[in-house]
Amino acid sequence: MTLRILAVDDSLTMREMLRQTLTEAGFDVVLAIDGVDALDRLPDADPDLILTDLNMPNMDGFGLIDAVRKGDLATRVPILVLTTESAATLKDRARAAGATGWITKPFDEVSLVSTIRRVAAV
Amino acid sequence: MRASGFVTDPDIRELVAFRTAGQDFCIDILSVREIRGWSRPALLPHAPTYVQGVINLRGAVVPILDLARRLGLEPIENTDRNVIIVAAIQNRIVGLLVEAVTDILTVPASDVQPTPDLASETTRTMLRGVVVQDSRLIRLLDVAQLLPQDAEAAA
Amino acid sequence: MAGPVDLKDIFFVEADELLSALEEGLRAIQTGAQEADTVNAVFRAVHSIKGGAGAFDLKALVGFAHRFETVLDALRAGQLSPEPALLGALLHASDHLADMISASRRGGATDPEVDERVIAALEAHAGGGGQKEEEAFVFEPLALDGPFGMDFAPIPASQVLRRVTLTFRPHAGAFASGHDPALLMRDLCGTAPCEVTLDPSALPDPSGFDPGQSYLSWTVVLQTERTDRQLLAIFEFIEGSCDLVLTAEGQAPAEAPPAAPPRAAAQVAAPFATPSPTPVAKLSPPAGAAASPASGAGPRPTIRVDIDRVDRLVDILGELVIHQAMLTEAIEQSPGFGSVDVDRSLDQLRQLSRQIQESVMAIRAQPVKPLFDRMHRIVREASMAAGKSARLVTEGEATEVDKTIIERLADPLTHMIRNAVDHGLEKPARREEIGKPSEGVIKLSAAHRSGRIVITVQDDGAGIDREKVRQIAVDKGLVAANADLSPQEIDALLFLPGFSTASEISALSGRGVGMDVVRSEIAGLGGRVGIASVRGQGTSLTVSLPLTLAVLDGMVFEAAGQTLVLPVSTIIETLRPDPGMRHSLGQTDSVLDVRGRCLPLVDVGMALGFRRSLKPGEGEIVVVVERGDDGAIALMVDGIRDQRQVVIKGLEANYGQIAGIAAATVLGDGSIALILDPTDLAVTGPVASRPVPPLAAE
Repeated sequence: MTLRILAVDDSLTMREMLRQTLTEAGFDVVLAIDGVDALDRLPDADPDLILTDLNMPNMDGFGLIDAVRKGDLATRVPILVLTTESAATLKDRARAAGATGWITKPFDEVSLVSTIRRVAAV
Repeated sequence: MRASGFVTDPDIRELVAFRTAGQDFCIDILSVREIRGWSRPALLPHAPTYVQGVINLRGAVVPILDLARRLGLEPIENTDRNVIIVAAIQNRIVGLLVEAVTDILTVPASDVQPTPDLASETTRTMLRGVVVQDSRLIRLLDVAQLLPQDAEAAA
Repeated sequence: MAGPVDLKDIFFVEADELLSALEEGLRAIQTGAQEADTVNAVFRAVHSIKGGAGAFDLKALVGFAHRFETVLDALRAGQLSPEPALLGALLHASDHLADMISASRRGGATDPEVDERVIAALEAHAGGGGQKEEEAFVFEPLALDGPFGMDFAPIPASQVLRRVTLTFRPHAGAFASGHDPALLMRDLCGTAPCEVTLDPSALPDPSGFDPGQSYLSWTVVLQTERTDRQLLAIFEFIEGSCDLVLTAEGQAPAEAPPAAPPRAAAQVAAPFATPSPTPVAKLSPPAGAAASPASGAGPRPTIRVDIDRVDRLVDILGELVIHQAMLTEAIEQSPGFGSVDVDRSLDQLRQLSRQIQESVMAIRAQPVKPLFDRMHRIVREASMAAGKSARLVTEGEATEVDKTIIERLADPLTHMIRNAVDHGLEKPARREEIGKPSEGVIKLSAAHRSGRIVITVQDDGAGIDREKVRQIAVDKGLVAANADLSPQEIDALLFLPGFSTASEISALSGRGVGMDVVRSEIAGLGGRVGIASVRGQGTSLTVSLPLTLAVLDGMVFEAAGQTLVLPVSTIIETLRPDPGMRHSLGQTDSVLDVRGRCLPLVDVGMALGFRRSLKPGEGEIVVVVERGDDGAIALMVDGIRDQRQVVIKGLEANYGQIAGIAAATVLGDGSIALILDPTDLAVTGPVASRPVPPLAAE
C-alpha cells in the first residue's frame, strides 16, 4: 500500500516542490495551503503522515498540530514540521505542540524520504 | 553571408525567378512563403509610392510593394495577371508585386557572379549578384535591402 | 540542491506575489491602515521568500531575507515600534529584495556591497531590538544538520563493532505525538545483529489497563559500528517523551566535534533528556472547527492557463467574427433573403459571438492593482532622488484592463509618475512657504468610462508654468515667437518630441525620453493622453484607452474609393450638412457650424492623401467625432455602410505605425479596411509636409 501524505505549506513553490519530490518517491500526496485548509481535507485525505510548514496564514503549523491532536480524526498520525531554521527552540516548541519530528528546509529528496520512513509506515 | 542563413547543400542555391518592368530577377527560395494572384490592396496613407497598400493574408495584414517602383524602374501596369510573391524579410511578411514568376532555378553557388557595373545605384544596392541562364541575365535580389534601413529612417 | 527549472519559475512567480504583499503590508503599517495580521503577513512574505530561495541555493538572497526577517520578527514581537524611519528602511529593504530577486531571475546577482549596505542600514534602524533570542541561524543542507541525518554519513571502515545495550521506555505522550516504537526499533537495529527483549512487567491487570498509557519497555542489545551519538540521534524526535538508557561496552569510537553540545554522554544512566526548558509554545488561536469558516471566505478555485492559449482563443474568435460577417453578407445578397427564421438565427449568432467575445475578454482582463502597486516604488525613488517628499494615493485599483494593455502601460505610467514627482511637485521647503503640506500627493486612479479605461495621474504641485513652457518652445524653435497660443495649446507643447521643461537634465526624467514618448506609447495602444493644469494647484494627465486590443465597435464608411472604419466610441453624430453650415476660413481651411458650434471640417480622403479635391457627390456626409481634449472635429466622408464589430489587426508587425491610423481590420469580403484614429488624424495637417513613415521600423 502506498503511504499517503498530507503536505501543508502556504508557499506555492514549496507545495509544488513537495508534490514533485513525494510523488517521485512513490507517495500519494494531498496538498493544503494552510492549517484551516488541512483540517478541511483531513477526513477525505485520511493521511498516514502530515507534513506541515509552521509559518502560515489563517492557522499556522502549531495550530494545526494542536487541532489534529485534540480532534477526532487521525489524532495519532505522525506529523513532521518543515522549518527553515535549525534553531533548537523551534524544534522544542514543535515537539511540545505534539509534532513527531521535523525537517529543515531546504531539504533534499533522500533526507526527506528517509525522515518520512522513520516516522511513518503502512 | 547568405540571405537564408541555411541551405541543405551550401553549394547549391534554389532561386525563384520572375519578371517585372521588362527585367529578370530572382530571390532565394528560402525567403519565399507563397506566390498568389493579385488582389486589390487597401491604400495606406502617407506611404512611399512603391507601397501599394495592404492585403489580408489569412488574417495577417501584409503590405504590398511594387518591386519595379522599389527598384526605381517604370511602374508596372495594374492588371489581374500580376502576381504577388509573399516573402519573409527579417521577421516581416511582405508581398512583392511582380509581372510574372518565370522559373525555379537550381544553380551552383559559384554561378552567382558579382553585380556588373551596368546597373543604376538604386538597383545595385539591392542586388546580391547576377546569374546567367540561357543567355539571360537574372538579377539576384538582396531582399533585406528592399525594406528601408530602419536606423537611417528612424535617426 | 537545484530544483527543476519549472519549480524555479514557480518560485519567481510566487516571489513577485510575495513582494507585492510585503510592500503593501509595509505601506499599510506606514499609513496606519494595518490589520491584526498585517505584520505577520509581512513577516511570512519574507520568510517564504527565504524558504524558496534556500531551495534553489540562492545564498545571497537567503542571507538577506534572513536578516530582514529577523528585524520583522522583532517588529512582530513588539520589540520594535513602527517609527517612520524604520518603515522607510523596511521599504528600502523590500525594494532591494525585489531587485535581488529580479537579478536572480536573470541568473545574475546584485552587488554584495549594496546588499550589505541596505540590510545593515535596516539593522541600524532596528537598533539592538532586531536580534533574535534564538541561537544563531544555521543555514546548512539538511544532511549536515546536527545529529539528524548522520545515518547517511559514510562510516569509516576502521571502526569496529561494539556491543551496545539500550533500554527504551516511551512515555504515554510519545504515542500522542505520533511516534511508533516499532519504527524506532527498525531504525536502531538496521541490518546489524541485534537482540530485542520486550519487558511487559509494568502491564497492569486487564481491569486497570488504560489504552492511553504506556506500559512497555524494550531492551535492545546490538553489535554496531555506530557511535553513541548516531544511535541517540535515532531517538531525537522522541527526546523528552521517553526514558532511554544506553550502556556501551568497550571504548566508544571517537566522534567528530558535534555541531551542538551533546545532551547525552556516552554513559547515559539518567532519562535521556529533561523536559524542555523552553516555555511551552502557546498554541495558536482558535483551532479546529472554529477557524473553518475562514476557508469558506477564501479565494475561489482558479486555474492557471498559459496566456498563449488565451491569445489563440482570441485569434480564433477574430476569425469567427470575420466569417460571421462574411456569412451575413452572403446571405443578405442571396435571392432567398428575407426569411424571418434566417434573420433571427443570424441575429442570435451575432449575439452569441459577442457573448463569447466578452467572456474571452474577461479572461484576459486583470485588475490594474499590481501595476499600480509598482508605482509606489517609483514615487519613493523619484522623490528621494529629487529631494522631494511625496506619497502615492491610488484609486480604482480593481478596475480591470486587458492584460496586454496592462503590460504595455507600465513604461508610460512610470514615466508619467516620475515626471509628476520631478517636474510637478515643489520642493518641501517651497511647499511649506506657500502653505501646502510638505509632502506632495500623487494621485493615480483608474475607472471605466463609456467603454474606455481612463487612467489619471494627478499631482498637487505647482501646475504648468505656461510662460516658461512657451518660452522654451520659442527658444527651441518649436513655435513662432509671436504665435497666439491658447493655454491648452501651450500645455500640448509638452508632448512635442524632445521637449523638456527641466532647465538642467534631471537624473530621473531627463533620460532622453519626454512626454512625446508617453504619447506615442499610449497611441500605440489605441489610446490618447490629455493634460490639464491649474497654476499653483497641480497638473493632471489623463490617459484614455480602449477596453481591449482585440475588437471594437466600428462604423464602416467609404471615402475616396476606400472602405474605412471609425471607432463608434468616438462618434458624436452623423449628418448631411446644408451648404450654409460650411464656412471657409482662410485659403484651405473651413469649419462646420453645428448648432452654433464651429468645428474644424476635414475631408477624410484628403487628410489621408487619397485625393486632392472633391468631385460632386463626394464628402457630402459628415461624421462628428470626439478627439478627447482637442475637442470635436467634423469628418467628411462619401457614404456610410453599416455599424459592426471589427477585429483589430495591428499594422506594426509587417509595416509600422501610420499617423491617423489606429489599426486595420478584415471585412466580410476578406478585404482590409483601415481603422481611423481621429485624434491623430486631426494633428495630421497638410499631407505634403508629412514625413514618409519607415516601412519597417523594428
